[in-house]
Amino acid sequence: MKVIDPHIHMVSRTTDDYLKMTISGIQTVCEPAFWAGYDRGTAASFRDYFQQLTVVEPARAARFGIKHYCWIGLNSKESEDLALADEVLSFLPEFLDRPTVLGIGEVGLNKNSRNEIAVLEKHLEIAVARNELILIHTPHLEDKHKGTRIIMDMIRSEPRIDPARVLIDHAEEHTIGEIKDNGFWFGMTLYPNSKGSPERAIDAVEIFGTERLCINSSADWSVSDPLSTLKCANEMRRRGHPEAAINQVFYENPKSFLSQCPKFQAA
Amino acid sequence: MSAPYSPMQAIDVLDTYFIENRSRILDIASFLDRIDRHEGVAAAKADYRYQALQTILRLLSASETGRTKAIQMALSDPSTEPLDSALGLRAYGAWDGSRP
Repeated sequence: MKVIDPHIHMVSRTTDDYLKMTISGIQTVCEPAFWAGYDRGTAASFRDYFQQLTVVEPARAARFGIKHYCWIGLNSKESEDLALADEVLSFLPEFLDRPTVLGIGEVGLNKNSRNEIAVLEKHLEIAVARNELILIHTPHLEDKHKGTRIIMDMIRSEPRIDPARVLIDHAEEHTIGEIKDNGFWFGMTLYPNSKGSPERAIDAVEIFGTERLCINSSADWSVSDPLSTLKCANEMRRRGHPEAAINQVFYENPKSFLSQCPKFQAA
Repeated sequence: MSAPYSPMQAIDVLDTYFIENRSRILDIASFLDRIDRHEGVAAAKADYRYQALQTILRLLSASETGRTKAIQMALSDPSTEPLDSALGLRAYGAWDGSRP
């Protein structure tokens, strides 16, 4: 089967992972800009990272027949320093114009602070001005429910943003219902130990349906698995779901959302 | 043409997932026993995370469906106001009302 992983951090993965993914059927990946595991000290660090996302990584993926797209933004964990954030945001348009950039992401909230909210507002302004797709990061663990609500309120108060062009990621059982009710796409992340398991993700498919859902590995530098989307598809298969529904969740759904950006072409 | 989808029966779910979930429950029991075996058990049991575990274990044994969402909500920050600053803060997995 063919799978699109709509959220994976390949800069943190080995070249061996690209080989495993391509021979397993994952030949299209999307990489949001994120936190490196430490706070970057200068805007130049972000510029180098965006260069890696838009030039180096697509070339590395192409060696294995994998199409690599990315999202550009300043992650919420590095949003407390407003002066640094302003400097980084000033050169976002330069990178958003590049041929494999799908939109603004992953941006959102981490601890639901006032500065995080201020920086998210600035990202939303850029998205409106340029009509960009938006990929939203929601907070982890105990902060997720509150943060998801704040984010949705912010976006809904901007009538020029169509919720159908926004994917709210890392959704879980207590946030999916409200995200769907507000017309957004939602992402579920398969992350050993701290986020969702394949079993819980397919429980959500059975409870909430297959519409406007994208399932991703979010594989990065921590405990994670770049083949987890395939393992989740297998969980759906072992419960007897038809291949058409499995293909809908793991290929057609991400293709539909991402194809709203004309640069996107699925392998 | 693929076969029509026939959802699992409840007994099929039990058959398929019983062993792995039995193992998960034993992991939790062993984790709680591990805390008991070590010095400082009283302080650990007073910690808001231990208390949160006790709360969600009660929710786990509830008879009504919707346990997963109820547990998620029991662990969540119920406030609505933004924090003044996130500097030095991280997520812990359970909400501690005494923290900022």
